[in-house]
Amino acid sequence: MSWVNAVIHGILLGGVYALLATGLSLMFGVMRIINLAHGSLALIGAYSAYELKVHAGMSPYVALVVIIPGALVVGYVLQRTLLERSLRAGPLVPLLTTFGLLIIIGNLLLKIFSPDVHSLDPGAIGSKSWRISSELSIPAFDVLILGVAIVVLGGLQLLLTRTRIGRELRATAADPDTAELVGIDSRTVYARATAIAVATAALAGVFFGMRSTFDPASGPTQLIYAFEAVVIGGLGSLWGTLFGGIVLGVAQTVGAQVDPSYFALFGHLVFLVVLVARALLEAGTLGLPARLRIPGRAAT
Amino acid sequence: MSLLAVESLDASHGLVSAVRGVSLEIAEGETLALVGANGAGKTTLLRTIAGAHRAGAGRVVFAGEDVTRVPPYTRVKLGIALVPEGRRLFGELTVEENLRLAGDNGRKGPWNVEAVLQAFPLLQPLRRARAANLSGGEQQAAAIGRALMSNPRLLLLDEVSLGLAPTAVDDVYRSLERLIEGGTTVLIVEQDLGRAMRVADRLACMLEGRIVLEGRPDELSRERVTEAYFGLHAGTAPGPA
Repeated sequence: MSWVNAVIHGILLGGVYALLATGLSLMFGVMRIINLAHGSLALIGAYSAYELKVHAGMSPYVALVVIIPGALVVGYVLQRTLLERSLRAGPLVPLLTTFGLLIIIGNLLLKIFSPDVHSLDPGAIGSKSWRISSELSIPAFDVLILGVAIVVLGGLQLLLTRTRIGRELRATAADPDTAELVGIDSRTVYARATAIAVATAALAGVFFGMRSTFDPASGPTQLIYAFEAVVIGGLGSLWGTLFGGIVLGVAQTVGAQVDPSYFALFGHLVFLVVLVARALLEAGTLGLPARLRIPGRAAT
Repeated sequence: MSLLAVESLDASHGLVSAVRGVSLEIAEGETLALVGANGAGKTTLLRTIAGAHRAGAGRVVFAGEDVTRVPPYTRVKLGIALVPEGRRLFGELTVEENLRLAGDNGRKGPWNVEAVLQAFPLLQPLRRARAANLSGGEQQAAAIGRALMSNPRLLLLDEVSLGLAPTAVDDVYRSLERLIEGGTTVLIVEQDLGRAMRVADRLACMLEGRIVLEGRPDELSRERVTEAYFGLHAGTAPGPA
């Protein structure tokens, strides 16, 4: 029964990773930018919720009403001022730019908040769980996070398939030059994609902060897990991100069941196996495949 | 006043000069066919007019406005639409989504999804099909329809018959002729000399980046155009760059 417990906890943990990975997947799918600062941007969301609690007494859930619009603006401005310029200089420069951003954010957080660990109060739901048997319990807060991840992915799916903004995102992701020839300003589309990505990162950061403690060094760790979830699920695939998150989560909890020190190791091993398998199977090359992929409504 | 005036336009691919000092004008409602061998600079000229390729020198004036430095998405809003070589549809999007994209970002006018489906009846049963799954002729019809959705004042068509079965070419040209008869201003790049001379009010022949022959199809013999096409006649050979 403890193995079943490990698998269920792994699936729920996958929700956390999927939520964190969604924005990373979107940015890669649309612009082919691997945003190394993604985990750090999530961390800013968590610290913002902490500050809003300290100074305005807001619960983390209420703080999201302020944080998400703020993150949308930050993402839009970030793209127009920094990433847009770096994109013009080739594929390596955005990688270096976001790496620089990761370093700057990490050091700024260290300066402002010290290396001390912080946490956010999830409220009563944080300690609630459904006990199925003596060895099997389902934590309510993890179910909430998985639900939020599914709602976010479902919302993005609707946005991408049913709205003008979504059509423009998919067209620009597929062929930015031709998109401009049908009247689409690709720079605005990219800025919208980054705005959505940063908003989902901030949302993930707040839930991460409610689920566990965080400190200024947590960003890169979360980035690694998010990146692994994206690669396992298929680069640029939205629902694949959820699948990847769940596979990673289950690998980690099963690893921890074997030996608590194997938690991270099993996740990394699954990532490595998937990465090698993809490299061998997809086009027989090590090239990164695929732009944004969404299950379509098209008839054939 | 001409709708489009290209003045001493230069464009290059790196160090290779593709368009050299080209000047041409198109009046409202006129159809100009641009012919020439592969590598003559036709596609580059069209893409430079559409804004997809940067002009090295010279000017592109559209409806009296200098659009030389205007980005392509703004030119679409001003009324220039390009049907690119190879169709370049968004393969993962449906035919209708491809059309709506251009409609959402173009000018207001008579063209909408229903009007395009009426103009290209072969697309009617395919409106929810992925563009990638269409045949070449269907894709070409969808690409022209997509350009029309932006309600252009000037339609630029690049090699619309390229890679299509003869019956598909006939279908596409039947639709095109209807558009031309309806008064749409068209600049068409075409390898098929016979078709170009049939649909166009005027014909221009490019050789090594320059326009070496220009005139009305009824003034130009096929032999003269062919000579210009291959640079065989002394009078049509380009001078030094």
